[in-house]
Amino acid sequence: MTAFILRRSLQSIIVLLVMSLIVFVGVNLVGDPVDMLINPEADQFEIDRVIRELGLDRPVAEQYWYFMINAFQGDLGRSFVFGEPALKLIIQRMPATMELALFSLFIAISFGIPLGVYAGLKPTSKISRTIMASSILGFSMPTFWVGIILIMFFSVNLGWLPSTGRGDVATYFGITSSIFTLDGLSHLFLPAFNLALFKLSSVIRLARAGTREVILQDYIKFARAKGLGEGRIIRVHLLKNIMIPIVTVIGLEFGSLIAFSTVTETVFAWPGMGKLIIDAIYNLDRPIVVAYLMIIVLIFVTLNLIVDIMYSFLDPRVRIKGVS
Amino acid sequence: MAGKTATSGVVPASGWQKFWSDFSESPTAVGALFVFLVVLFIAIFAPIVSPTNPYDLASVDIMNSRLEPGSQDFEGNVFWLGTDGAGRDMLSAIFYGLRVSLGVGALSGVVALIIGAAVGLSAAYFGGRFETLAMRIVDIQLSFPSILMALVILAVFGKGVEKTIIALVLVQWAYYARAARASALVEKNKEYVEAAQCLALGDRRIILHHIMPNCLAPLIVVGTLQTAHAISLEATLSFLGLGLPITEPSLGLLIGNGFEFMYSGDYWISIFPGVALLITIVSINLVGDQLRDIFNPRLQR
Repeated sequence: MTAFILRRSLQSIIVLLVMSLIVFVGVNLVGDPVDMLINPEADQFEIDRVIRELGLDRPVAEQYWYFMINAFQGDLGRSFVFGEPALKLIIQRMPATMELALFSLFIAISFGIPLGVYAGLKPTSKISRTIMASSILGFSMPTFWVGIILIMFFSVNLGWLPSTGRGDVATYFGITSSIFTLDGLSHLFLPAFNLALFKLSSVIRLARAGTREVILQDYIKFARAKGLGEGRIIRVHLLKNIMIPIVTVIGLEFGSLIAFSTVTETVFAWPGMGKLIIDAIYNLDRPIVVAYLMIIVLIFVTLNLIVDIMYSFLDPRVRIKGVS
Repeated sequence: MAGKTATSGVVPASGWQKFWSDFSESPTAVGALFVFLVVLFIAIFAPIVSPTNPYDLASVDIMNSRLEPGSQDFEGNVFWLGTDGAGRDMLSAIFYGLRVSLGVGALSGVVALIIGAAVGLSAAYFGGRFETLAMRIVDIQLSFPSILMALVILAVFGKGVEKTIIALVLVQWAYYARAARASALVEKNKEYVEAAQCLALGDRRIILHHIMPNCLAPLIVVGTLQTAHAISLEATLSFLGLGLPITEPSLGLLIGNGFEFMYSGDYWISIFPGVALLITIVSINLVGDQLRDIFNPRLQR
């Protein structure tokens, strides 16, 4: 087990290094670093000073070395627009994004698994067909457009829920979140539902496919032969076995929720890091772009690692295959 | 032909007849195909079927801006889907937008298919270090969501038509590479490939003329679903203002333009281009789903 975790961690570090190299090369070599890293309003004297300060007159390998050393010390440059360290700005906005992503994940799981299992148990019923048809629709609808529809319907026409920004937050048990206040929840609901929709469809599909496969297995037949109740068969025998692919996907999808939150946050003006990067790309605020990418790569690599390790706990075959 | 036996088609009908009889088993898929062909027709002949040319400044009158669906201008022209903030007919703008969206989606899909298939097939055929390296890159890339990859690329290169296409190609090629390799690995060990090798045919010829035709089915399935995905991704990027420039108004851009008018209740500027986008994507996805079921050997009756 330890060997598996170590080997997998080493792989993650390599991916992290490779991605940092790609981001570095992308920003520093493909484009003109002077344009990208220096405030366009600076004069020639200032430009020369910054070039020396940033070490842009040094060889590329050396530049990358210093970039990495600074990155490890948490220095990913200063935002042009805000004049503050890029990393600090991103960390400030991270809780809002995490809250949005976690809440969407919660929506996707708590609706997706029951609906998917139902559709898998009764594949021919009308309700199942409706569930599957809506999941194709949910899969196909572009997130941003659904967000617009939600705003139009619930905010503009009905006036039930606010359409922009984050509401009041409160702190309980050291966690500051908008799920603790009514105003916060009302602001959170639309964007979270919007973000959840795509994942909801894939959780439904996975749960349905898993159910249809597992329900034919001998151990289910055996459980039925033993005379166990249908509820217990579903809760214990079925759910446990369909959870492996779902846990994997939930772990991996959490990262993609964070990535897709860029879109939802822009539509709903949610003050998270996704909106920050889109604004930074508009404003050519390159240090923020670089910092965001490094952070998100870190999040992804870590998530993949955690999922793999959890996976190996759930399914020992993975671990054994990994060692041999 | 080796290809037919490989898909275990024992029905003595011709390939196309068999294909069509399988495909038409699902009325939904046939309907979706019909809808898609209509969309394709509109996209190709947009300048002919559109009531007006929305980008001809002479025919656009700012006096007609933000008219509701079904209203008329002074000359009696009806705007069935209303007009946008600049007084353009939405119906025509949507037809032209479909053209741009489908064009960018299809072009990027074809380029990604060619690159991905080339990498995937040669990886499977040659194996060794090249295969390990190529597939490692594919795995790593596929572990990041497509929107993130596209954002990275557009953040580095800036926006524009070619850049959006490059971004879409770079996002998609890995899916094709993986599908191509998976089916080529199976085909590679079949007798007809050995026979071709015994004839001392060149590697390129074996890959292109012997292995590739038998790997086309899964690639077509991935292709349809990926093209739908590319169209949706392009719309998202254009909506965010990072994809296509305003000179190439795709559906995503139209939706983005309408977004600001939404709060004042002018729903049609955003909603109708979105409906067009949705119809396009759903019809492609439904056709793709059916193709996947037909080509899936596990579900073959």
